[in-house]
Amino acid sequence: MSILLDRDSRVIVQGITGRMARFHTKDMLEYGTNVVGGVVPGKGGQTVDGVPVFDTVKQAVEATNANASLVFVPPPFAADSIMEAADAGIRYCVCITDGIPAQDMIRVKRYMYRYPKDKRMVLTGPNCAGTISPGKALLGIMPGHIYLTGNVGIIGRSGTLGYEAAAQLKERGIGVSTSVGIGGDPINGSSFRDILQWFEQDEDTHIIAMIGEIGGPQEAEAAEYIRDHITKPVVAYVAGLTAPKGRTMGHAGAIISAFGESASEKVEILSAAGVTVAENPAVIGETIARVMEAA
Amino acid sequence: MDIHEYQAKEILSNFGVEVPSGALAYSPEQAAYRARELGGDKWIVKAQVHAGGRGKAGGVKLCNSESEIYDACDDMFGRKLVTHQTGPEGKGIYRVYVESAVPIESEIYLGLVLDRSSQRVMIVASSEGGMEIEEISADRPDSIVRSIVEPAAGLQEFQAREIAFDLGLEPGQVQHMVRTLQGCYRAFRDLDATMVEINPLVVTSDNRVMALDAKMSFDDNALFRHPQIAELRDKSQEDPRESRAADRGLSYVGLDGNIGCIVNGAGLAMATMDTIKLAGGEPANFLDIGGGASPERVAKAFRLVLSDTKVQAVLVNIFAGINRCDWVAEGVVQALRELDIDIPVIVRLAGTNVEEGQKILAKSGLPIIRATTLMEAAERAVGAWQNDLTQSTKMRAVK
Repeated sequence: MSILLDRDSRVIVQGITGRMARFHTKDMLEYGTNVVGGVVPGKGGQTVDGVPVFDTVKQAVEATNANASLVFVPPPFAADSIMEAADAGIRYCVCITDGIPAQDMIRVKRYMYRYPKDKRMVLTGPNCAGTISPGKALLGIMPGHIYLTGNVGIIGRSGTLGYEAAAQLKERGIGVSTSVGIGGDPINGSSFRDILQWFEQDEDTHIIAMIGEIGGPQEAEAAEYIRDHITKPVVAYVAGLTAPKGRTMGHAGAIISAFGESASEKVEILSAAGVTVAENPAVIGETIARVMEAA
Repeated sequence: MDIHEYQAKEILSNFGVEVPSGALAYSPEQAAYRARELGGDKWIVKAQVHAGGRGKAGGVKLCNSESEIYDACDDMFGRKLVTHQTGPEGKGIYRVYVESAVPIESEIYLGLVLDRSSQRVMIVASSEGGMEIEEISADRPDSIVRSIVEPAAGLQEFQAREIAFDLGLEPGQVQHMVRTLQGCYRAFRDLDATMVEINPLVVTSDNRVMALDAKMSFDDNALFRHPQIAELRDKSQEDPRESRAADRGLSYVGLDGNIGCIVNGAGLAMATMDTIKLAGGEPANFLDIGGGASPERVAKAFRLVLSDTKVQAVLVNIFAGINRCDWVAEGVVQALRELDIDIPVIVRLAGTNVEEGQKILAKSGLPIIRATTLMEAAERAVGAWQNDLTQSTKMRAVK
């Protein structure tokens, strides 16, 4: 088992004819992901790497029975593409696009509430590296070879820092059940808390690693949820101990603007909830290994 | 992106928010002249800088005559205003706003922000206007009124009315307040703002509700659809290195240390800074060169980091996912050849094609210090910097 994504996931790529999307579609196919189609309005009928392109998500779903989507659409149009996926019956959508206006994401979140909970699409991202269930499928832009199959569930706001953690685990021979990027934007599809609940239910996930950073309330909200609802051990790292207050650090969402949003405050809140916190990014793998042995 | 007070007031007044009459000036002469145009006998002269706390820092003056206005402006123009929000270097005063004074009955704090918990727009108000919101939350938290706006329906009149009554306004003032709140919300929504702050919003003795100050910030990601807002960008208010970085599509934040950082990805960039600190050094900057770390971008990044004269060592940390290490390595080699760098450069590559990348660095014949792990990279950077420092001190001693 894994969460959100597995061997049976039938994937479409929205914006598949773009340069980056072509590159990563090929990469996903090579990894073994079941990419069944692509969507670009006006380019229906073409193919990319043997993958048929459709004009609308609805047409793609009808023709291929797709249930997952990867959005590679440029920022001004990305929100619209996410809503199109939600409406066409896609169950899981990853949005890679960086730079979507915050109010567009507010609209997306509001739009998704039109659907009852059991029919509502799960969105992760935007501004993320995607999701991988190692050995099964890759829905994103991460280098697949740095992940071994195993039992650590990873949730992270940052792409490359997530790779760093996976590489440290691989070095120790530790594998991953699923790694989910929730993205660096202030308004995102899924929070740490949303993903935690699925990892708690997944029998192949024995330990959960949370990679957070400064800004926003999500780590603190996750801490409360972990304390009350998560029985599996959780390890966390929070980036940005040296980040100054009130400055945006690359990610639109990485800015300390309120109490509880700095790295040291988040570390304190997570520790108080029983989470084992890796004190620096170089010991994320080591800390996870130690907690696994103790469990 | 931030804008000036006078620009925010002009925008908000187009959305039905009442503001005192005022005029912009670029010189003391112009300020005095504009005061005469405005008429009256009491004016406020306000330095236009992108920072709060101007009053306490001497950037706001009450004047009773044209000559007082001239003197106040003469004192302000060309100066750097240092407030608690500007940092010690301050922000240059190149424009002042002259405004007619208004008889004040009471002061209100009003803010609209993106609330990340509810993922909606939140209105925050308090009857304790004039104080900073941080002070209000510490000293008078009970005075704060919050209301969240449903994005599909927008701000409803009853919500605005509730806020007005909670703030203790008189029935005759409530309708003015409702109009002000609705105007602020519409401006926020229509123009993709991330923050609207009016502090103070005042009730005048003739029951009007007026914005005496106004601050607006906009979502950089949405500027593409608001060219009229994008035009308001004032580079004189930005850190020159940061604006140069932004113009080149790089995300840079200057810090006080001396180990420059070039990293791909915001999270990894912060983690690299943290590791440098842990290894006993201080990072000179945050710099995310983004996913596609092309040779040109790496070269640009080097130029940017080295433009900070405090930098005494550079740590490059690239985890290649989208990009490949060999490509990044070529960029590093190219940049070092072009730029003739005389301080230690530490390079740590990981991810796709890492072996090829390492080979390119080794073959280049350049004095690049290589590292395989993050900790090793940080330790070598700090070590090289300290070494370099003792050597240069020795040299100075010899001279």
